[in-house]
Formats: sequence, C-alpha cells, structure tokens
Amino acid sequence: MANPILVLAEQLRGELADITFEMLGAGRKLATASGAPLYAALLGSEAAPLAAKLGRADKVFVVDNPQLNLAPANTIAAALKALVDQTQAGLVLVGCTNVSLGIGSILSVKTGLPLVNFCRSAKAEGGALVVTSQLFGGKILSDVKLADGRGIVSIYPGAFPVDAGKSDQTPPVEKMDLPVEAPNVTFKQYLEPETGDVDITKQNVLVGVGRGIQTQDSVQLAEELAQVLGGAVCASRPVIDQGWLPLSRQVGKSGMTVKPRVYLALGISGAPEHWEGMQNSQCIIAVNTDPKAPIFDGAHFGVVGDVLELLPVLTDKVKARKG
Amino acid sequence: MDPVKISIFGLPGLLVLWLLAVVAFGVFGYRIWQLVGLLRQGRYEDRFDHLGRRLGHVIKHVLLQPRIFNERGIGLPHFLIFWGFVIYATCFNWGLVRGLFPFLPVSYPDEVKAASFFLDVFSVLVLVSLGVAVARRLLFAPKYLHLSLDANLILGLIGLLMLSTVFGTAFRIVSEGGHTSAWTPFGSLLSKAFTAMPPETAHSLANAMWWLHMIVVLFFLVYLPYSKHLHLLASPFNVFFSQSATRPVGDLGVVGAKEDLSVGAARWQELTWKQLLSGFSCAECGRCDRSCPATASGSPLQPQQIVQRIKEHMVRVGLKRKNGDTAPKLIGDLLTEKEIWACTTCMACMNCCAVWNEQVPLIVALRRHLVSEGQVERTVQDMLGNLQRYGNSFGKSDRMRAKWVQTSGLKIKDARKEPVEHLWFVGDYASYDPRCEDITRKTAKVFAQAGLDFGLLYEAERNAGNDVRRVGEEGLFEMLRDKNQQALGKAQFKKIVTTDPHTYHTLKNEYPWNGNRPEVQHYTEVLDGLIQAGKLPLKKKLAGRVTYHDPCYLGRYNGVYDAPRRVLRALGLEIVEMPRCRDRSYCCGAGGGRIWMEDTEKVEERPAENRIREAVALEGVQTFVVACPKDIAMFRDAVKTTGNESKLAVKDLAELVAEAME
Amino acid sequence: MNLYVLLKMVPDTVEELNVSADGKSLDSEFLRFKLNDPDEHALEQALILKEKHGGKVTVVALDAPEVDDVLFTALAKGADRAVKIPINQAGLGTVAAAKVLADFFASGAGQITPDTLVLPGSQAIDDLEGELAPFLAAALNLPYLGVVCGVTPADGKVTVMKEFAGGLRAEFAVTLPAVLGIQSAEKPPRYVPVAKVRAAMKSAKIEMADLTPPDRLIQLEIERTYKPEAAGRAQMFEGAPEEVADKLVEVLAKNSVI
Repeated sequence: MANPILVLAEQLRGELADITFEMLGAGRKLATASGAPLYAALLGSEAAPLAAKLGRADKVFVVDNPQLNLAPANTIAAALKALVDQTQAGLVLVGCTNVSLGIGSILSVKTGLPLVNFCRSAKAEGGALVVTSQLFGGKILSDVKLADGRGIVSIYPGAFPVDAGKSDQTPPVEKMDLPVEAPNVTFKQYLEPETGDVDITKQNVLVGVGRGIQTQDSVQLAEELAQVLGGAVCASRPVIDQGWLPLSRQVGKSGMTVKPRVYLALGISGAPEHWEGMQNSQCIIAVNTDPKAPIFDGAHFGVVGDVLELLPVLTDKVKARKG
Repeated sequence: MDPVKISIFGLPGLLVLWLLAVVAFGVFGYRIWQLVGLLRQGRYEDRFDHLGRRLGHVIKHVLLQPRIFNERGIGLPHFLIFWGFVIYATCFNWGLVRGLFPFLPVSYPDEVKAASFFLDVFSVLVLVSLGVAVARRLLFAPKYLHLSLDANLILGLIGLLMLSTVFGTAFRIVSEGGHTSAWTPFGSLLSKAFTAMPPETAHSLANAMWWLHMIVVLFFLVYLPYSKHLHLLASPFNVFFSQSATRPVGDLGVVGAKEDLSVGAARWQELTWKQLLSGFSCAECGRCDRSCPATASGSPLQPQQIVQRIKEHMVRVGLKRKNGDTAPKLIGDLLTEKEIWACTTCMACMNCCAVWNEQVPLIVALRRHLVSEGQVERTVQDMLGNLQRYGNSFGKSDRMRAKWVQTSGLKIKDARKEPVEHLWFVGDYASYDPRCEDITRKTAKVFAQAGLDFGLLYEAERNAGNDVRRVGEEGLFEMLRDKNQQALGKAQFKKIVTTDPHTYHTLKNEYPWNGNRPEVQHYTEVLDGLIQAGKLPLKKKLAGRVTYHDPCYLGRYNGVYDAPRRVLRALGLEIVEMPRCRDRSYCCGAGGGRIWMEDTEKVEERPAENRIREAVALEGVQTFVVACPKDIAMFRDAVKTTGNESKLAVKDLAELVAEAME
Repeated sequence: MNLYVLLKMVPDTVEELNVSADGKSLDSEFLRFKLNDPDEHALEQALILKEKHGGKVTVVALDAPEVDDVLFTALAKGADRAVKIPINQAGLGTVAAAKVLADFFASGAGQITPDTLVLPGSQAIDDLEGELAPFLAAALNLPYLGVVCGVTPADGKVTVMKEFAGGLRAEFAVTLPAVLGIQSAEKPPRYVPVAKVRAAMKSAKIEMADLTPPDRLIQLEIERTYKPEAAGRAQMFEGAPEEVADKLVEVLAKNSVI
C-alpha cells in the first residue's frame, strides 16, 4: 500500500474553509489511484468538532488542544510533523491561503519533504506525482515531478471542485495527544472588518472596479450603475489600498469571496488573488483596455475598451430598459 | 514767488523743506535698502545677459505698456496715470532740487512754459483717469481686483496731487493779475472761478498748494515702499529682468544658478531673487486670477494670491532677526498643497500679467519641493513610477509603444536604422491611448500620402518629459531627456515633427541638443508647409463651420496660431473663432500633470466643460477642432458630460485632413 | 530596532513572458525585472518603524538584473545600509535562497540582536518551492508570521497584524527577534525622486557580502514550463460603446438582473 495522503483541514472561527473540501476531493482522487489511505488532520480545539464533516477522508486525526488554535505556522508544522511520522504519510496537502501560509514551508524543513507551491492540478504517473503549478500570476505553468510521489503540495483555491470533497458519511476519528511547545507568536484579538452598510457577499449583482477605474471620482460612475442594477460596488485590492472604498468591499484572497448572479469586472486585470474571490460568479462580464488581460480567459463575456467611456453609456441604457 | 521763502509755523520754509526731504528720502531709502536686502537673500540666477534686448523690452512694455490695454476700459486711464506720474515725478524732483537749493539759477517747472503745459494738461487727464479708476473699483470692479484701503488711498493721494497742481496754477494766475495762458489751459479755466479773490490770498493759496503738493509727494515717497504702489519701482526692473526678453518664457531651465534648484523651494529664501521680485512688482490687478482656468473652475488656486502671500510672508518673516532654517515653510500654513497642484501650467496668467510676473515657474519651484519630500498624491506617484520604469505614463511596456504601426497598414521607417528627413516623435498619448490611436494612424497615412520621408524611434522613444518637469520631478525629467537625446543622437534625421504640443515645446525649448538644435515642428506646421508647396494631395473640399482650439503649448507657449488655421482654410472650412482664441485660448485642464491627478475639490465646472460651452454658443459650428491628443481626451469627455453630443463633434485636425484626402 | 529587509527581483509581468527553448525556464530576451511588490512594502514598513521608533534599516539582495537601482532607491528612501550578495538569483529556488540568507546572518554580515526584525515580503510570484520567510525563520530558529499588514513595538515584543480573509485581520504578539513576512505596509510605499536616487548612487556604497553559493540550486524536478492555454475564452463584444452597451443590456436581462 502506498504512503498515506494527509490533508491539513483548514478552518477559520469554527467554519471549515472551502479549500479543505477541494483538498479532500483532490486527495481522494489521488488516493484512489494509488491505493493509499486518505487522512485529514484537525488541529486545535476550535477545529476538533468539525471532524464529522470530513467524511471524504478515511480517517480524521484530531488534536483537541486549545494551544493549537490560531497557532503560528511553526507550531502547526511541528504537530503535523508528528502526525506525518505517526502515519507514515508521504504526501501532505495544505491550502495556499492566508491562514495556512508558511506551514508547508516549515513542514518541508522539518520532514525533508519537498514543497510544491501554487498547485492547480496533480496527476499520478506510475509511482510519481506530477504537479502543475501556476507562476507569475498565472501567466506561466510549470509541471513539477515528485519522482516518488512524496512531498508537500500547496493547493491553490479554486483549482479543484469543492463538492468532490464533501460527503454525508461520518469518518472514524482518532484523537491524538501531542506535546505543543509554547508558541512565540500568540494570538491577541481579531480585528473585525468595519461592517459597511453593504454585505457584498449577499448581493445579486456586483460592479467590481479595479485599477482601470483610474480615479476616485470615477468610482462614482460605478456606483450609479450598481444603483440602477440594484447591486453594490466592490473592488480589487489596488482600489482598496488607495482608500477609495472600504475594506468591506474588497474581493479576493484577503477579501471576500462572492458568488453573485452577475459580476461586472471593470478595469480588473484578473490576477489570481482577485479571481479567487469571484471565480464562481454565475455570469462574469469583463471590461478592460488590455485584450490580453487574464480576466478574459475566465469571464463569460468581455469587452476590450475604456471603462470610463462605457460606464455612463451602459448606465443610461439600463435605465432606459427598465423604463 | 518762491514758495520756499515763506515761513511755516515760525520756521523758514527752506529748513522745513530740507527736514521733510531728508526724513522722507531717508525713510524711503532705508525701506528700499531693507527690501533689496530681502531680494539678495534669494537664490541667484543670471538675468544679466543681453542688456540691450532687455532695455528694448522695457521700452516696449513699460513705456508703451500694450498689456495694460488687454482689459476693457482701464488701458488708457492707466497709461495716462503712468505718463502723468513720469511727468510729475520729473517735475517734482526738479522742483525739489530748486526748492532745496534756492541759489541755483533754475526756474521752477511751473515757470517753464513747456513743463507747465504738460503738468496742466496731465492734471486733468489724470483726474479723469482717476475718476474712471474709482468708478471701476466702486461700481464695476472685475472679479479678483484687490479692493483695498491702500489702493483707494493711493488714488486719493494722486488726486490730491493733481488738484493741488491745477488749483495752484489757478491761484497763481489770480495772484499775478489773472493773465491766463494757453500753456496752462485748465489752470487758466479754473482761475476764472476765483477772479474775485484778493491777490494776496491767491498768492498764499498758491504757496499752500505748492507745499501741499510737496508734502503729499514726500509722504507718498515714504508710503510707497509699504504699499502696493511699490510696483512703480519694482515692475520696470521686473520687466527688465523678465525671461521673455531674452529666451523662451516657457523654458523652465534656469541660467547661471549657483545652488541646485531641482529640489525646489521650501522657504522663501530658496526662491530666486527674481521670483521674490515678483511680489514687489505685483500691482494686485487680478488679471492673472481672471484668466486662470483653475480659478474659474472653483479650485483653491489663485495665482495672484500665491505671489502676494509669498511677498507678505517674506516681508513679515524676513525683516525679523531670525532667519535661515527657522523660517517657516511656505507650504503648510501660508500656501496649501492643493492650490500648488491645481495649476495646469497653461500660462494664461503670464500671458496677461502687465508687470510680466512669472507665476508658473514659481509654482513649479514649490512643486519641486513637494516632490523632493515625496509629498505627491498616489496617482501621480504611480505615473512617475511608470515613467521612470517604462518611459510612458500608461504603465505599458516600452516595447508596445509602436504597436499602432502594425494596424496602420503602413511600413514606417525606423529612424534608428536608416536616415529619414522627418523624425516623427509621436508622444505617449498618441502612441498608447486607445482614444488617440486612430488619429495617429490617420496622421501616418496623411504623411505617407503626402510623400513625406519620415520615420520613428519606435521603442527607443521615451516620454519627452514636459509634464514630468512641470509636476516638479526635475531628476526624472533629466533622465528622460538624457535617454531621448541619446536615442536621437544615434538616429539620422533633418527635422523633428511631433503630434503633441507638449512634446513639441520641450523638444524645441528645453533640450540642449549640444548646441545643435534641429528644426522642431508641430504636425500642423508640416501640413501647412506641404499645402503651401502644393504637395498635399487633397481630393475634396470639406464644407462647414468649425472652431479651432489653440493648444496652450502650441499657441501661448510657442506662438503657432496661423499654420493650423491655414490648413483648415485650405481644406475649405470656415473658421469661426471663439471669444477666447489665440493667446487667450482657454486651457482644457490636462496640462501640468493634472491629467494624472484627481479633481482637487468638487469643481464647479471643469475647464474643458467651460470651453465646450463657449464653442457651442457659436452659431452654426458643429466641429471643435483640436491639435493635441490630450485635448481629444479632455474635450470628448466634456462634450459628453455637458450633454452636447448632438451639437458638437471633437475632431483632430489630422482627421479632417485625412477626410479631405480620401 | 535592528531591521533587515530582504529584497528579491521578480520578472515584470507587464512584459510578455515567454518560455525559453529548453522548455524549463523563462526566455530572457525581453525579460525585465522589478522589485517584488510585497518586498517594497516590507521596506516601507521598516522605514516607518525606524522613523517612529528609531533604529537601523539594512536592505539585502542577491544579484539580479536592475538590483543595484533597487538598492540605491532603498538607500535614497532612508535605508542605512545596502548589501548585495554576489550570488546570481537566477535559477535559485526559494530553499537555496533561504540558505544563502541564513548564511548571511551566520557569517556576521548580518547580526541577529535581541531587537532584530527580519522583514522579507510575504510571498513572491515565482515562489514555486515555497515562501522565503518561513524557510528563513526555520533556518534561523526564529518566530515567524506571514501575511503581515501592520507592526507595532509593544512591551519588548511586537504586535503584528495579519490578514485572513473576508477583510478579517487579527493581532498577534510576537517575541523578538523574529521574521515577519510583510504583505502590505501601514502606508503605501513612499515616492522618492529620481534626483535623490542619483545622489545616493554618487554618495552611497553598496556593500558586498562574500558568501558561498549553495550546492543545490533547485529542489524540485521541473519537467516543463509553458504558457497556459486559456481553457475558455469570454465571448467578446465589439463596436462603439452604444452597440456594446446594448449587447450587455441583453446579457443582464438574460441573467434576470434587469
């Protein structure tokens, strides 16, 4: 039997992140192909109660220790190492997310297993594993071969289907007691995002603005369109960093994940960090002056043009249509 | 009847006159010495070249002062008041010397027929002019005219001087028996009102008028360097030392500087002495504010205020003992960043300033300081970063600069590889902005069809740096300029043609070219030349009425007004001028880096919108013709935001020429 | 505070990226490099800390095209010391780079004192082998936190703000010395005029740190590198804004939004 595959389940404030299921789905496929068992690891007392949802795994290892809650990457990696040693896992899957950043790298140092980052797909080739990773914001792909199928793979959100990792079954749970060093990074408090007037995750229509909106004044044009469409304005990181819209309107890796019926991406290039946050929108319409913008690869409809020219015209047409 | 011989309050008149004169000249001299001392604390720049040319500039603009006539109703009055002053000052000094040195075998001026004639006639001319000036201030004051007690006091004092003269003449005539003279027509006329007066009384009054006149002048002398009337003394020097006397006024390079001026001015002493002189020369007339597009659109910028506030600050702070690094910074409490950034560098202010102040370089000096401190707004920072890295403000790869050529259907020569007659320096907006690409292609076709031998620098071209310099990033300007000069140095060409007036201006005036400057032309000049030589194959005549917008950097900065108009007429179009045309053209608002900046406040009306409304008011005009890519961007937007799409189309001159060649 | 900022040059994605003939690396013909964006923020955060709390900022980089400009720019912005490690960054994976930088500290060219913060950028667009910060932290045996968006000294430690998702952030107390992967600084990176950078080029010097290159440059076996084929492509609408807007209105109507 091949070495087990271990998935580090990711959760935030007691809620399992979608990436966990993506990893379970991917892991399940690889495990079936190689005949290896698939394990999941839930670390921390906050995570422990979530074991029942990880039915896709053959077994869930739980370390119900409050010291692992919001623990630094080093501490988590140490616990994972102990698990890897215990289970003889050969392949570890971690999320390429803010929550899990750094865990894979430190685990790599501790276990000697090579880390492959930014994974978008993986397939078994004989005893080897070939991981396809995206680099340079997705403009370049590299196929990395793990000759013995052993390593740590950091999975990019959105690369694998979430549903493939869900299951009604309840998995067997094994509780583990691991010694945890006093961490040198201690959690103090959460800083909640200022709840804006609007919850963009609940909107049917989102008008997203990026660098192409050019000035703060032009955000107003987007607001007008959002208003006639009965939706709200959201933005990619550069616009938020400028301070033109509050943090509560940020869509992307560090921002919200949204799935509206319609997402208008105006002047947004489509960098992976932003795409991550809106890729599952039902209908994506992109407007950008650069015909090579990556957003056009994933959007449903696209226009190569100037956002500032199109916006007022579109707003007028929508108004006219609504009568 | 020597007025000096009477006694005043028991003292001999001569002694009183001496005392007053010594005190007045002493105070005046001391104050002037103080103020000159302030100027000397400014940084050095060499404005002492071409003294002959400078003198000629003074003769024209101080003695004939054509710019004073650029506003209605006040031109002639001021001209008369000025010449009245010249005559009266001359006669005053003459009279004073005679008064102080009674033994001199010299008559008083009013005893000399020719002098008394001028004194007499001008007393009335000046009084009438003062009347107009007062009426203007009270009833028809133009916006931004600084209405102050100071100004009114001066008008009053001048009035007193005139009245004392004409009344003095009248009383003298009466005291001498009532013999009128054709040399003093008005005094004679006035004397008729006093024929009943006893001659002794008239004699006393005549003396009183003389003394009144002397005392007022001496008071004026003391008051002058503390009032706005200092412009009397300062402005002739300001005009003499003006940059436009000897070289292009739009050239921001400073000659003969001893310190590094590229870091700009944080404190008043870091401005040059010439910049400091502007404050003393400013007559507070408000012409600059009235012509400024930023002021009109409601932004906090008023050029007059900047000049005035710096002057007041310098006098207040500079005359205290403590100076140097402890002097407060100019930007902060005195001037705000917003107003410094609001300037479009259009030079409308400098174009109408009657004392030839140089407001734009002053603002740029302040901007240079802000840039050196990194206090630049985010969007501008990004632009400067892009320009530094990619040589264009769009943040696109420098390799994409000539991509438009691929879709033009033309093979355009590479001036780096083969010699060409015309090197076409295309410019950022014309190369990278999708709104302008079409026009650039049309321009290329027009050149090709005209058989012009032209080529591009392709990827070696960089932003020429005009707007970078005006934003105050002098180091980046030099870097771009060096890179461009390098590329141009390697290419072989005879002349340069540009699409963008900003590029035109800086290539023509601000690149050293190692002394070997090629001819730089704007494409409208090239087209004009081709048409005049019969080399432009126009296939049809276009009909209709159009209006032409003079770009700031082509018109006001470089005096190119007629070439584009000749081209339009040659196409068969009828030009209807907007009221603000040629050197009074109203800026679109994009210059000075403003196209990269946010609107400073909620503006009442953007300059471009104001301009479009001006054009729409012209009868039968359906096309607004421009000759600058930034104008295309700004005015097309403004036509939309003012809801005039059905009334006015914005077209580049090249588009019209292309149409006529189809 | 003793602050070390680690700078890395990455390919500028404004340019077209092409794969070289060997099918494994990037074609270097039109390749241009720029400073990794989070590293620029790391420098800004370090300068802010120095301005507020005093200390010294040292910037360190491996050899790469245009890195000298970046180092001089850092000095012009206010860094005290710039060190270039004359080992070519090209072809060096993150693990090897971390080893070189660990050597930098071990050799004494960099000193880990009780008040030291090592600030790399949180991640880079070519981090195939993982992020530099955690590898370096492990090698130096120092506390590590990534995705950092704020740093404040407090009670002998530092309070560090980390970004999660959905706009949520959290504060952590980190003991010093430590390695923090900076995602964004408290304020956007400052502008420094070209004249100041040029002045720095004339007056300041970049130190060289002599270190041995690692034996193994890349840990991973790269089979091939290629440009992705777009799996799908948006249906593109062309024409004047009026026409395009009409078509978009149809799409919006079809999606029951109007």
